Formats: sequence, C-alpha cells, structure tokens
Amino acid sequence: MSAPDRLRLQVDRIRCDGAGLCAELLPELISLDDWGYPILAPDVVPRALLPLARQAVDACPVLALRLVPVPAAVEAR
Amino acid sequence: MSGAAPLARLLGGPPLGAGAESFADHQARLGRLPAIDGATLIAVLEASGLTGRGGAGFPVGRKWRTVAQAAGDWPVVLVNGAEGEPLSAKDRALMVTRPHLVLDGALLAAAAVGAEQVVLYVGEAHTAARAAIGRAVLERGPRVGQRLRLVAAPARYVAGEESAAVHYVDAGDARPTSVPPRPFERGIGGRPTLVQNVESLAHVALIARHGDGWYRGAGSDAAPGTALVSTSGRDGRTTVHEIEFGETIGSVAGRLGTTADGLQAVLVGGYFGGWIAGPTAWSTPLEPGALRDAGAGFGCGVLSFLGRESCGVQAAAQVMAYMAAESAAQCGPCVFGLRAIADTTSRLATGGAHRDDLAHLERWTGQIRGRGACRHPDGAVNHLASAMRVFGDEFRRHQARRGCTAAGHGVRAS
Repeated sequence: MSAPDRLRLQVDRIRCDGAGLCAELLPELISLDDWGYPILAPDVVPRALLPLARQAVDACPVLALRLVPVPAAVEAR
Repeated sequence: MSGAAPLARLLGGPPLGAGAESFADHQARLGRLPAIDGATLIAVLEASGLTGRGGAGFPVGRKWRTVAQAAGDWPVVLVNGAEGEPLSAKDRALMVTRPHLVLDGALLAAAAVGAEQVVLYVGEAHTAARAAIGRAVLERGPRVGQRLRLVAAPARYVAGEESAAVHYVDAGDARPTSVPPRPFERGIGGRPTLVQNVESLAHVALIARHGDGWYRGAGSDAAPGTALVSTSGRDGRTTVHEIEFGETIGSVAGRLGTTADGLQAVLVGGYFGGWIAGPTAWSTPLEPGALRDAGAGFGCGVLSFLGRESCGVQAAAQVMAYMAAESAAQCGPCVFGLRAIADTTSRLATGGAHRDDLAHLERWTGQIRGRGACRHPDGAVNHLASAMRVFGDEFRRHQARRGCTAAGHGVRAS
C-alpha cells in the first residue's frame, strides 16, 4: 500500500461529461479545455490541496473523478 | 539494394496471385509445427526481438509471458485481423495468401499461454480474408476447428484497438473501454486475453520452426527481422511488400518506381503515424529508432508517398476529417476536439482560413493528447502536429490566404 499522501487525480474519460465542477473547486490542479472537459495536473496532489481534491471528487455528478495512489516507481502520468 | 531480390519470409512460397496456400502445401513447404513447449517458445520469442505489428510495436515475447503468468483461469487468444487502417492492406494480403501461417501462430500462442479458445477477429469488409481464414480453419479438421471462432470485426477504425476488440467479442460493442484493466489482465469473459496482430503471429510460425538466430539473420541489431509494409502513392493503389528492417524508405520507393525528385513527403505508420519530408525520408531507415528521430513511427507499416503536385494541408485535412468521423464518440476531448480540428483544418485547406485557425490547431494538438480512454485522439493530433511541422510553409500560406503552391490543389489567394 502506498502512503495515503501520495495521490494524484485521475478521470474516467468515458464517464466524464464535462460538468466542470471539479475545475471550479480545484483550479490549482484542474483547468478546462475549450469544450469544458478537465485537464488534470499529472503530479502528486500537494498535501495542502488534498481536502479540496476530495471535495472535487465528491462533487463530480457522474463519479468520473478519482484520487488514485501514485506507485513509487512510476511518478509520471 | 539495386537489383537484389528482396528477402521473402512471410511472402515466400507460391506467387501471391495464386491465392491461399492450402494446408497440405503449407506443410509440404515449411514442415509441420515442431513440438515446442510454451516456456521455451516464449524464451525464443524474447530472444528473437520480434515486435507486434498492429501498430504499437510491443515486444511479442514479453506480452506472451505476461498473459501466461496472469492470475485466473484459462486465458483467451484474440487474433487481430480487423485492419481498420485505411492505408494498410498487409494483414489482408497475409490472411488471403498465407492463412496457415496465421493459424500456426495462433495455435502456438494458445499453447504457450494456456488458452483453449482462439477468437479470429477479421474485418467484416475484408471478405476475401474472412473466406480464406474460414476455409483454412476447416482444413485443420474438427478437433482444432472447434477451438477457433471466427468473428467479423466492424468496419470502423477503432474496432481493432485491443480493448474495443475485446468489448465487441463480449458485448457486441466495438468501442474502447476505460483501461486499466487491460485485456491481458481482464479481457474476453473476464479472462486474461492475448490480443495479437495476424502478421506478428505469422512471424511466430516461422520463428518456432527456424529459431531466434534465424529471425535475427535479417534486419539490424536494433530492429531484427522482416516486416510487411503497405505502400500507396499518386496512383492511389495500395501494394504490399516485405522489407528488412533497416532498409531505407528510398529503397522501398525505388521498388515502386518513385523517384526522389518528385517526392514531397512520406506518411509513415498510417493515420497514427507521422510525415517525413521527402529528402529526409529517402535516406531514413525503416526501423523504430530512426523513424522516431525523424518524427514518425513504424506503426502498422504504412508508407504513403505524397508527390510535389499535392497539397500537404489538404492531405492532413482529409485524414483529420476521417479521424473525427471515426471517433468512438465516448470521450469529450476526442468528440469535440477532433471535430473542431477537422473543421479548422478543412477551412485552411480550402482557402477560407479564419484569423486564428493555425494558432487554434497548435493549441488543440497540445491540449488533447493523452486525454481519451484509448489512443485515438493522440494518434490524430500526433498526425496533425507532424503535418504542421513538415508542411509548415504551406500551412502558413493557407492561413494567410496566399493560395496553395501545389499544382494539383489549386486553391487561389483571396
């Protein structure tokens, strides 16, 4: 198991329908493209932003956004 | 390379025009499949350096080992002959003329990964290939035949993507699924599934007989062996050839009678591939490393030659229109992004550029990459990025509405 503080955001692209709530709650890590679909920062979510990230995950109306552990070996993506 | 007959391994044997080689002729020519246990064969494949020929180029031995070691019961082998790439014809050529090489490889794969069931997934539009594979299955007799199931793949670009292929066999829906889990973890019926292109399997049929040293006797150290390529050019005809890795693009062009002078650019790897400018392409060897350095990739072995009379912007616009139409329409960035890109590229191509069209294309290619469930949007924007690099001057002319330099296009300044 990874330490709980090494998490990053991941979106299920098929589920996501571009409601855009996530980017409103967490503009530090999520921006929207020209069609309203989220562009996620690939990095580990900083500890200070974790509460907001959790809120963004909970706010997604189609449950497309997740926080997933970052395996130590593969940092990127 | 002049004059020397090209090496024919997959395409060795009777002339291709003679149609499908029968099982009896196939065995008389190549001998029966040797009794080789799965672990040994996987080690031989790893030593051979054989890579997958569906487009991704993943090492075949490593893929088989992963499926063989996957937890869970009874893996499945899916033989991928969907060949949805418009510029590719090599998988069909192989299935039509050498169906038993494909079946040999499929049965070896099944034995090596412990699969009982083999799905032969062949494009529904490829009627001759499906007929040839179907007849070849019958020639193998009922004991082998009952393990082989022929499934017609829908004639869509993404139907050959591996998660889409699994999805279609399971649920009749040839759209990609969110990965992970990948098919090798959880595929057909929830079982670990080895998805392998027909050409890759045909190479396995020969490597099992002749060994990894034999396979490495052609090509280069970095990219051993031979490969099938589909070439197309100004006459619009697609032909299939076998090449040794390391052979230059110019050498292949020479076989077709194409000269360096008239060559503007080459699309390498298919719609997922990239453009290389003519002079560079001519001396570029067909091997993954050199192609990557030149801004393309070997992909599924497509070489499409663009003459100087043609417009690169128009060529890119046609591909973008196709890629947008072939989106599985599941992921927002792919649905809306590719549509916007296709419309904008088309407007540029036809001489009606809006002010910021080129700037939009540049931004969107960066934005869309990596944001689909499958690699369809990535393939499309990579293609566009390479077109904008190679045909940069032409794109800028079109943006400035200064008309087109290509004689065969004829968009005038406005």
